[in-house]
Amino acid sequence: MTHISVRPRDADREPPAIRTEGLVRAFDGAVAVDHLDLDIRRGEIYGFLGPNGAGKSTTVRVLCTLLAPTGGRAVVAGHDVAAEPERVRLRIGVALQDVALDPKQTGVELLRLQGRLYGLSRTAIADRLEALTRLIDIGDALGRPIRTYSGGMKRRLDLAAALVHEPEILFLDEPTTGLDPVSRARVWEEVRRLNAELGMTIFLTTQYLEEADELADRVGIINGGRLVAEGAPDELKRRVGNDVIVARFGGPGDAARAEAARRRVEAVPGVRGVDTRGDELVVTAADGAATIGAVAVALDAVAPVRHLTLRTPTLDDVFLELTGNHIQLDDRQEEVA
Amino acid sequence: MTALTIARPQREGISAQPVRDATAIAGRALRALPQEMETVIPPIFIALFFFVINIGTLQHLTQSHIHGFDIKAFMLPTAILIGVTGVSRAGSLVLDIQDGYLDRLLLTPVRRLAILVGHMVADVAIACMLTVPILILAFAIGVHIQTGVPGALAFVAMACLWSLAFAGFGYAIALKTGNPAAVNSSFLLFFPFLFMTSSYVPRSQLTGWLSTIAAWNPVTYILEGLRSLVTQGWRWESLGKAVLAIAVVAVVSLSLSLAALRGRTRQG
Repeated sequence: MTHISVRPRDADREPPAIRTEGLVRAFDGAVAVDHLDLDIRRGEIYGFLGPNGAGKSTTVRVLCTLLAPTGGRAVVAGHDVAAEPERVRLRIGVALQDVALDPKQTGVELLRLQGRLYGLSRTAIADRLEALTRLIDIGDALGRPIRTYSGGMKRRLDLAAALVHEPEILFLDEPTTGLDPVSRARVWEEVRRLNAELGMTIFLTTQYLEEADELADRVGIINGGRLVAEGAPDELKRRVGNDVIVARFGGPGDAARAEAARRRVEAVPGVRGVDTRGDELVVTAADGAATIGAVAVALDAVAPVRHLTLRTPTLDDVFLELTGNHIQLDDRQEEVA
Repeated sequence: MTALTIARPQREGISAQPVRDATAIAGRALRALPQEMETVIPPIFIALFFFVINIGTLQHLTQSHIHGFDIKAFMLPTAILIGVTGVSRAGSLVLDIQDGYLDRLLLTPVRRLAILVGHMVADVAIACMLTVPILILAFAIGVHIQTGVPGALAFVAMACLWSLAFAGFGYAIALKTGNPAAVNSSFLLFFPFLFMTSSYVPRSQLTGWLSTIAAWNPVTYILEGLRSLVTQGWRWESLGKAVLAIAVVAVVSLSLSLAALRGRTRQG
């Protein structure tokens, strides 16, 4: 695993919000989480990034006590998830990947019941309800049955239900999957506020590179149940190189030409690495602006290039370098020509 | 979304209290009832329907063959058991599993047992409510309960306990399978329990094979206990057998449902 250290903080001296040591979770012999070591500081936003099936949701379900580890150990908010699950539950809030709501209840009824189950007094519940009503901003709809809510409203109510008892640690499992861009931006805004104003530790799983990049202080990249890299997003991206040049050939049979071009481009001065992805050639360089001309000349000798672009590295590039696969093909950062 | 101005609540106010948890879960189930009248109206209708039809069908026959036999009083326990047997929130629990809401509950510090108990408390409350229209009709057509008001209360209590004992099967299936169709099929148990017994005539009048089965059917003793309250007075032997019969069924069904709850909430 690649580990890149980040800036030291006062929080480093406190016990971690989440710590796992060799955490394993298997289902009938199939290992979903494979010897995972995490150390997440209090007050940190930790992005847990990986493709579908990487083990993100299983990790969350173990950390929030819905699943027991089959190996290793996980400590959340100072309590072992297997030995003291009740104490962990008191200190965490969870919004799972699929909203977990009762369509027959109204939003108010659901939040009140949540408050009661956490042992809050009637006065405390009333105060929390008032604050959460402002937070989720769904107006009078809070008094309506949840079955009448839109997907975005349900997602926000689900988040409010996770916050009723004002947890120390908030788990958000793919909180914006399926949301429109406006709703996604609202969730991001709230995640930042919860972290900044309440100092809440946030463990966020996502398959969206942009989301991890925007929100997370640190990112852990998981693939096949294993943590393959961890660090601040910018530091992880610097690992790939300062710039990325992408040449797209296009057309059938051009994968072979890309492979031929790879060998020529590798010899260009300033090029740090060359990789082929189908009909694309991906070139990493310390100084893309200074190198792109020489790369274009080298490519022209092999085959006509349909698009040649220069952009900064993304977390997908990090993932590609580490695993040889993309996290998500259609969610790359916008290219800069 | 507007600016966040949340005051952190006092942590000492938070604790897991089983009674409070069960009450909260039961309250939720009861609040949902007006939206689920389809679970209440058919049992009342069926119970009232059979009460009236059975009396109309058998009154002349029994009066002419069994001296002093009061078919109305005899049929009241049958109608009550038809009404309350199968009253259960197990179907709602399955929907909670399917909607993911059970996970939301399991993420709270709520005691796992309180989730089941809360639903069952709601069931008992609903079963009590179901007995009211049947008793009103019975009083209206001249049924007199020999043991008076205390006997009527004991009658309702026994009926509700039976309802709870039977409901355990539904919860066991709901928690084990998470499948609404399987829960609905638990209704099949209703027929052997309710009809292979002395529902329509005294046990002495049943044919040989049915009499043998009825002797092993716990509902037989529940019916006889309930009937003793209506027609005979405080017959402790009959009441004791009825309570024992309810207890036997409850031990079996609740053991199954608790095992299914453990399986459903196990972190494995």
